[in-house]
Amino acid sequence: MNFLDFEKPIADLLDQIDKQKQIGEKSQVDVSVSVRQLELRLAEVRKDIYSKLNPWQRVQLSRHPDRPYTNAYIEYLTEKEFIELHGDRTVKDDKAIVGGFGTIEGRTVMIIGQQKGTTTKQRQYRNFGMANPEGYRKALRLMKLAEKFGKPVITFIDTPGAFPGLEAEERGQGEAIARNLFEMARLKVPVICIIIGEGASGGALGIGIGDRVYMLENTWYSVISPESCSSILWRSWDYKEKAAEVLKLTAEDMLRLKLIDGIIREPLGGAHSFPEEMFKIVKKEIISNLNELGKISADDLVKMRIEKFSSMGVVRN
Amino acid sequence: MSWFKRIKEGITTSTKEKKETPEGLWHKCPTCKTIIPTKDHETHMYVCTECGHHDRIGSAEYFEILFDDNRFEELDADLKSDDPLQFIDTKKYTDRVRETEKKTGLKDAIRTAGGDIDGQAIIVACMDFKFIGGSMGSVVGEKISRAIDHALNKKVPLMIISKSGGARMMEAAFSLMQMAKTSAKLTLLADARLPYISLLTDPTTGGVTASYAMLGDFNIAEPGALIGFAGPRVVKETIGKDLPKGFQTAEFVLEHGFLDFIVDRRELKSKISTLLRMLKN
Repeated sequence: MNFLDFEKPIADLLDQIDKQKQIGEKSQVDVSVSVRQLELRLAEVRKDIYSKLNPWQRVQLSRHPDRPYTNAYIEYLTEKEFIELHGDRTVKDDKAIVGGFGTIEGRTVMIIGQQKGTTTKQRQYRNFGMANPEGYRKALRLMKLAEKFGKPVITFIDTPGAFPGLEAEERGQGEAIARNLFEMARLKVPVICIIIGEGASGGALGIGIGDRVYMLENTWYSVISPESCSSILWRSWDYKEKAAEVLKLTAEDMLRLKLIDGIIREPLGGAHSFPEEMFKIVKKEIISNLNELGKISADDLVKMRIEKFSSMGVVRN
Repeated sequence: MSWFKRIKEGITTSTKEKKETPEGLWHKCPTCKTIIPTKDHETHMYVCTECGHHDRIGSAEYFEILFDDNRFEELDADLKSDDPLQFIDTKKYTDRVRETEKKTGLKDAIRTAGGDIDGQAIIVACMDFKFIGGSMGSVVGEKISRAIDHALNKKVPLMIISKSGGARMMEAAFSLMQMAKTSAKLTLLADARLPYISLLTDPTTGGVTASYAMLGDFNIAEPGALIGFAGPRVVKETIGKDLPKGFQTAEFVLEHGFLDFIVDRRELKSKISTLLRMLKN
């Protein structure tokens, strides 16, 4: 388990509970009362910490190393009935984006998402969840495949951004993202997008045009990361907390500004503390949304999707 | 030893008699340093006659170059940005906008207009770099969205001239969603089979490249223009070495297959006109 700075009281309590249990086992003393008390205290502390998170703390949680990534969701949702599909049919297979057909409670869906790694080696293998153009083109190929066979699309967004490398530029990173925005807007099947971690700018939006766009409670979504924003506006990384605030990047802000359709609550203590519970909540949301969207004709879906995104923005006459 | 003897007397004009060269009378090319009268530079459409360097120009100049007799009807000219996030960095966003308005005489980073190119009706949206780096906020998105509506209503082609550093940070997620908005609206233009010409000029980067600028039926660019998704500095930091010469220029982007052609500004109007005629015939 990894703990963030502000999670320290939780870590301490968990530690104490562990120690009590060990004492109980070794010395045959009944520790159940003191453990229960500690657990109650833990619940209180959790509630206290998680009920007043500031934007920067949410950003930190969105990057928590124990937070479940796309593949973990896929495994739970499909109960491992998932066939991964590879490659963009032009250049290569981008490991930063995974995708394939899977079954959720008897229904076939196309699931696509950015994948970060859990170990140093895997992080490199996944390029830290930063896709190259071929990743976006693979995603689009799979969406078109889903459209062809009339299957809904579910995307999991979790990226620090599209990869800003030399080859990415050569192969048209801008064009790849632009093409996805264009084609996703008129995809003739239901599209559900869920931000499960970081939603950084065009790299996130590149698989983020949906009939329903949700954010998990402890995630962020904006045009730029707080660190980069700080370095551009204040010429230093020291203002990231302030940048996180002014960017209005939390799920609550985004919903209030009507730029997303809803927030998916996380279990108290965050998705990283109780991944199983998180999966269950996400599954329920997906199923109820698939049911709703399934009743709408393809033409209406596209029309409503385009209208929704067209209405975003605030201007004065 | 006459080498060491001063033959000419040197500068003899007294300070009182010195003349100032009036500002703006001459233009010096930033690339080849050729100096020509500003008036001539204008008639050459701000392109250096010696080296072909294309100076950055704004919507007023592009409209004059493209529209017959500089006649056009500006659309949605009164749209201005709001400040939904009450954004403050080193100064208030509203103050920044007001100051830029005063300095540039513009209302935002794009102007849209309807007019004729060699008698062929068209809607042109043109970005202005001098308005906060041509950054894309709600007004840019809304004006493009409405320009598409105008094109659909009148059943005429659309041309967007991009010149932008990317998204406008002070509008945060609103600015990000303009990418989605403009791209989604462009699908309607495509469904109606109306041509969309995207002209990328120096510079076109970030969210603009990753949305409408790259979605033209025809993606064309001016020579030497910087075109990319990530800015050159960011790419350089990522790869940890110097960038190859010509990286992210229009010529580079053409070579990698993302542009249809590069067009000299002095031939822009006739090329567009020919293209439009070909599509109609």
